[in-house]
Amino acid sequence: MADDNEDIILADLSDDELVLQMHDDLYDGLKEEIEDGVHILLGRDWTPYDVLTKALVAGMTIVGADFRDGILFVPEVLLAANAMKGGMFILKPLLAETGAPRMGKMVIGTVKGDIHDIGKNLVGMMMEGAGFEVRDLGINNSVEKYLAAIEEEQPDILGMSALLTTTMPYMKVVIDTLKEKGMRDDYIVMVGGAPLNEEFSKAIGADAYCRDAAVAVETAKSFMLRKHNAMNA
Amino acid sequence: MAKGGTRARDPTKGKPMSTDLLSKLLAKNDWLLADGATGTNLFNMGLSSGEPPEMWNVEQPDNIRKLYKGAVDAGSDLFLTNSFGGNASRLKLHGFQDRVHELNRVAASLGREIADAAGRPVVVAGSVGPTGEIMVPVGPLTHALAVEMFHEQAEGLKAGGADVLWMETISAPEEYRAAAEAAALAGMPWCGTMSFDTAGRTMMGVTSAAMVEMVEKLPNAPIAFGANCGVGVSDLMRTVLGFVAQGTSRSIIAKGNAGIPKYHDGHIHYDGTPDLMADYAVLARDAGVRIIGGCCGTMPEHLRAMRHALETRPKGGIPTLDAITSALGGFSSASDGTGDTSGDPKRERRGRRG
Repeated sequence: MADDNEDIILADLSDDELVLQMHDDLYDGLKEEIEDGVHILLGRDWTPYDVLTKALVAGMTIVGADFRDGILFVPEVLLAANAMKGGMFILKPLLAETGAPRMGKMVIGTVKGDIHDIGKNLVGMMMEGAGFEVRDLGINNSVEKYLAAIEEEQPDILGMSALLTTTMPYMKVVIDTLKEKGMRDDYIVMVGGAPLNEEFSKAIGADAYCRDAAVAVETAKSFMLRKHNAMNA
Repeated sequence: MAKGGTRARDPTKGKPMSTDLLSKLLAKNDWLLADGATGTNLFNMGLSSGEPPEMWNVEQPDNIRKLYKGAVDAGSDLFLTNSFGGNASRLKLHGFQDRVHELNRVAASLGREIADAAGRPVVVAGSVGPTGEIMVPVGPLTHALAVEMFHEQAEGLKAGGADVLWMETISAPEEYRAAAEAAALAGMPWCGTMSFDTAGRTMMGVTSAAMVEMVEKLPNAPIAFGANCGVGVSDLMRTVLGFVAQGTSRSIIAKGNAGIPKYHDGHIHYDGTPDLMADYAVLARDAGVRIIGGCCGTMPEHLRAMRHALETRPKGGIPTLDAITSALGGFSSASDGTGDTSGDPKRERRGRRG
């Protein structure tokens, strides 16, 4: 069937046009197009870091904003994140080789007793989309599992998710254990999940409640900025 | 068993759908009071965080009886069984995926016991929650597997004597349809509510209007449909008005949370008062809701206040959005997501590759 729109040949676009087109393709969740775009930019001698930040991260920022504003919903965001992953798969080894600057590292997981991972996965994907390194512990994580991963990864951020009122109090168990071990202040603790709110996050001693994946990314970025400023001060 | 004599009719088999207890009660009453929270009540009885509540059906059956009886004694005409997470996908987490039938059967049979002792007709509604997985095309769960899991759970609830299946807190239309198909396979009447918690829509982007359209297209439409959980009762009432605006003749269900969760000394406490829930119940009835209940945080004292208000306050017209916010508080988002031409992004397209 003929398409109303003319076919766009990615390789024929100028750098600026191609980047804008990639933002659109991310928005539409077109994985192959994103992979093509990444290869084309790399072929034009773009650094992997520039491809990541200007094409992919900037594109996912638009997706994140529209998700936050209730214009996009989970299915669209999952498709966009999947397209992003396609691009990241190409860039990841190159980024490591070129010693590109790091945004930060996050360990994330759903708490013990809770098998919900839709929101948690979205946060993980959007964080990767924002250039963060993410270690995803999956679902049903005991305090021991969180601690082992923290030990191993030395992340900047610990993210915990819960969808049930029956499981959300477990976040406090994890935070209290970090406190007991004198490790609490070494990490930024962000929590999220449908039944949570700001007040709950404060009551259990987390650093931030993140309403959705887009807010999680914004929050993580601002905490990392503060951390860098504090280190440079 | 006597041979050749007339067989007594087994009341649990081969019932035509129109004679189920819920339909009968709906035919006789303007509204029915459903129950409140399951999780919040069980927590107060000592359920600890991370434990699967469904195990209490067999390990602490007296607590489950107490849960059901709490609703019945507070005036509920219908209560949900303790089986929300009783599908194979959810129970697998605890290694109990082989006990789906048993845990659901016991959840329903304990309910049957309490309902039959109530001295008035009380509906045992077999709670069926989401699988927690994302369905194709965006996720890995296939329609066939979802139907199989819901069907397995439905058969357990049916064997335990549930009057009706009650799907709740569903976000994805694909999952709602799979649950509907499972109800048909089990030969059970059913109800199904979705949770509208994201800018007026479900997490998967379904609006109130889209839900009505989906429900009416099902080959086996539910007895009643509606909204549960979500973000407080104001948002839930706005969703209800969205259903009403579609001109549906099907019975509507409203089960809103009693406020928002707050944390006190290791426990979750919802901040909605019985008075707030009473106001909500009356507004829901005035909007045309036929089955009115609570969700998280709704305790027997809330249900009592709701019943009292429904029985004593005069019926008014369909409330306006302003009447809702002035009685129940503000909305969590500016719009309920309807009114857009579609879920399409409001960005200018740059054109598509062919």
